[in-house]
Amino acid sequence: MSGIGSALLNSLDIGLLLFIIAVGLNIVFGVLNIINFAHGALYMLGAYLAFTLINIVGMPFWAALLLAPLGVAILAVLIDRFLLRHIYSRDIADSLLLTFALLLIINESVRMIWGSGIQVVQPPQLLAGSMDIMGSSIPTYSLFVIVMGLALLAGLWFLFNRTRIGRIMRAAALDRDMAEVLCINTRLVVTGVFAFGAWLAAVGGVIAAPMRALDPGMGDKIIIESFIVVVIGGLGSFPGALLGAIILGLIHGVGGRYFPEVNMLLPFLGMALVLLFKPNGIMGKGAAA
Amino acid sequence: MKIKILWALLALVIVGLIAVPWITSYFYIFIFTEILILGLFAASFNLIFGYTGMLSFGHAAFFGIGSYAMALVLIHLEWPFVVGLLLSMGVSALLALIIGFFCVRLNEVYFAMLTLAFGMMVFAIAYQWRSVTNGSDGLAGFSLGSFGLGLDLTLANPAVYYHVVLAIVVIASAVLYLVCRSSFGMILRAIRQNPERVSFAGLNVRTYRLVAFVIAGSFAGLAGGLMAPFLRVASPELLHWSMSAEPILMAILGGTGYFLGPFVGSAVFVLLETWITSFTESWMLVLGIILALMVIFFRKGLLGTVLDWWMEIKK
Amino acid sequence: MTNPILTILNLTKRFGGNAAVSSINLDVMRKETMAIIGPNGAGKTTFYNMVSGRMQPSEGSITLDGKDITGLPPHKISKLGISRSFQINNIFPEMTVQENVEVVLSAYHGHSRKLFNIASRNTGIQQEAVELLKRLGVDSLKDRRAEVISYGDKRLLEIAMVLATRPKLVLLDEPTAGMTPEETRRTTKLIKSLADSGDYTFLITEHDMDVVFDLADRILVMHRGEKLFAGTPAEVKSHPEVRRAYLGEEEDEMTEETGA
Repeated sequence: MSGIGSALLNSLDIGLLLFIIAVGLNIVFGVLNIINFAHGALYMLGAYLAFTLINIVGMPFWAALLLAPLGVAILAVLIDRFLLRHIYSRDIADSLLLTFALLLIINESVRMIWGSGIQVVQPPQLLAGSMDIMGSSIPTYSLFVIVMGLALLAGLWFLFNRTRIGRIMRAAALDRDMAEVLCINTRLVVTGVFAFGAWLAAVGGVIAAPMRALDPGMGDKIIIESFIVVVIGGLGSFPGALLGAIILGLIHGVGGRYFPEVNMLLPFLGMALVLLFKPNGIMGKGAAA
Repeated sequence: MKIKILWALLALVIVGLIAVPWITSYFYIFIFTEILILGLFAASFNLIFGYTGMLSFGHAAFFGIGSYAMALVLIHLEWPFVVGLLLSMGVSALLALIIGFFCVRLNEVYFAMLTLAFGMMVFAIAYQWRSVTNGSDGLAGFSLGSFGLGLDLTLANPAVYYHVVLAIVVIASAVLYLVCRSSFGMILRAIRQNPERVSFAGLNVRTYRLVAFVIAGSFAGLAGGLMAPFLRVASPELLHWSMSAEPILMAILGGTGYFLGPFVGSAVFVLLETWITSFTESWMLVLGIILALMVIFFRKGLLGTVLDWWMEIKK
Repeated sequence: MTNPILTILNLTKRFGGNAAVSSINLDVMRKETMAIIGPNGAGKTTFYNMVSGRMQPSEGSITLDGKDITGLPPHKISKLGISRSFQINNIFPEMTVQENVEVVLSAYHGHSRKLFNIASRNTGIQQEAVELLKRLGVDSLKDRRAEVISYGDKRLLEIAMVLATRPKLVLLDEPTAGMTPEETRRTTKLIKSLADSGDYTFLITEHDMDVVFDLADRILVMHRGEKLFAGTPAEVKSHPEVRRAYLGEEEDEMTEETGA
């Protein structure tokens, strides 16, 4: 495949994966008005749990894809019930501080349990190798990531726009007090949304595992990327998250190929540029202080 | 009357700090030097967090750049120490102006994310710009020359360096305290409690936040400038968000509601870290647990809880 | 004395497809007290938000003393002489009552730029703060933490903070809301004396019709975002549309009975 073609495919790949992760962050913010600093750590936990299930317990990839995110979601429920509930009614800074503390705790726990070294997860037999599409050879797993990304995109859109649960979440996001008056059990919605966000992050982690080496620093990298995505796209905006993810994917895919020396900086520069002209993000609203 | 007692206590503490090299071992001289430097770092952070209500996760960018500035000055220019410190402050103030410009316009959630992101951007630059910063190895091998101001001091002597740090930190803290007690400081406190009300009183809140951010950044840079010769190296770790976490924890630990809270937090933090790292590598885990517990149960911090209680009784 | 202090032309605010405020045209005369009445949702607060700079109008213009202030940010409008209170208490909860006023005074006098004075030794500002609190009758509370004083006293504190910037035009948003009858009487008397002193022009939104008729030189009646009518209290009382839309159907029944 031509240089630009594979760069674009790479971008789509990265972009959709970023979308899966960033949208969870966005959803939690939309309903709970907090940024979960530990979101990247939960992504990492999903990847490491998958590693254990696949490499140590010997489960197939598909089982891990089902179970690992569930495990992380359960952990998220516990975190919400035992820790976060204390500070929801307080100043938003306290929530940010607490999720930051969680980040430190989860990061270090991963390091303690799985070690500082790099771990590798092999893609399942079905998705290993590459396929012949239009005369070029494309890694099958890349196609899988793209398909999964699009499937989740469609699933989420359906959830928010066509189901009762989605409507409840949107109501709670718009006005928590009003939602309570309408007898929607917002406590349950809050816990559910937080767990759902964690689940999405972990799904991203499991999908990413065969693509990248696992190391205890992967959570940090991804949370920064997620921040850049939501800042570019606009916090609280679902299409914004997609747009931001695609843009960041392009920056990585194209930038990584043609400007490798400044590759680390490009996302930040992109973010700064967007902030200069559109402080709310391209599709966001109400970010001004 | 109560206030006078507190001032007397503070004077006693300072006297005690002066006496440290004569009453303890080298080990504790190093500990106290670190406590003082990080205390200043944390106090500068508290100007924007405790006073102005802005939670920044990237304050280490200014601390680290101060360290690098000092290191570069000592390596390439061999200027006096004091000049190096001034340069550290100047460079970090400039960086704070640039980053602050982007960040103070936005609400707290964005502010938290962006300061983290920009902080990591500075880290990425230091990590990759090998030609200037020597990348992940950092800058080392610089020696302390003259102090400057016509004073002949052997800065290489840890006890001498400790006293220099003590003097500078006390003076810098006094200046910072004056700023907090001023009308400007009062406005900052008002901004934390009700920024809209302040704008309706006729003030451009953004400008005040930016000024506070720059002042805080410059004092963080000063602390960084003191840190580099102490560690004998300026490395990217000083810019990482994990370094930004330290003043946050220190401020919460000691108490964000009082000026000296961060210093108390720094002392507790450094002593805890020294103790805990002696038997485990997972200091970050302990740090996270402590931060979580403090935020949930002891939000006012150690000094904050004690002073609040003391000011209330026998009124 | 005959030219208006505030001129509002075609002021409109739309949220999505709905107009919360629609084509308001109004002149507010110097030193008069104008009351704005209307049922909830009539657009009174949105109107205030635009005049005080909290919201940008979708259309129209606002002119203060000949100067176009449309769309300016709140801090600039405050500097030009408009000051407002809020429906929900908007004070500094952790500071003392006196400090609350000192903050505003400090901002007004430009002291806020001083980095190295000691705010607690600023006797000039402290004295002015106490005087202002005395005028509002809450000086006895000056050392109390603002969040613990009574609701009614908080409203008075807020008015003190509003007056601290020596505004030309004062916007009071439901000043007596939530007050006891005694507090309401006290506050009404206070506003009346401030209005009579001739130093200020007042715009007051109110639900309490007794207060309105007691204080107002003129009344603006809003309904569904539009200006229904503006005139003297007597004119408003007898205006048929106003009675129908706002003063209630009882009035209609009364006029039917008496055949008026």
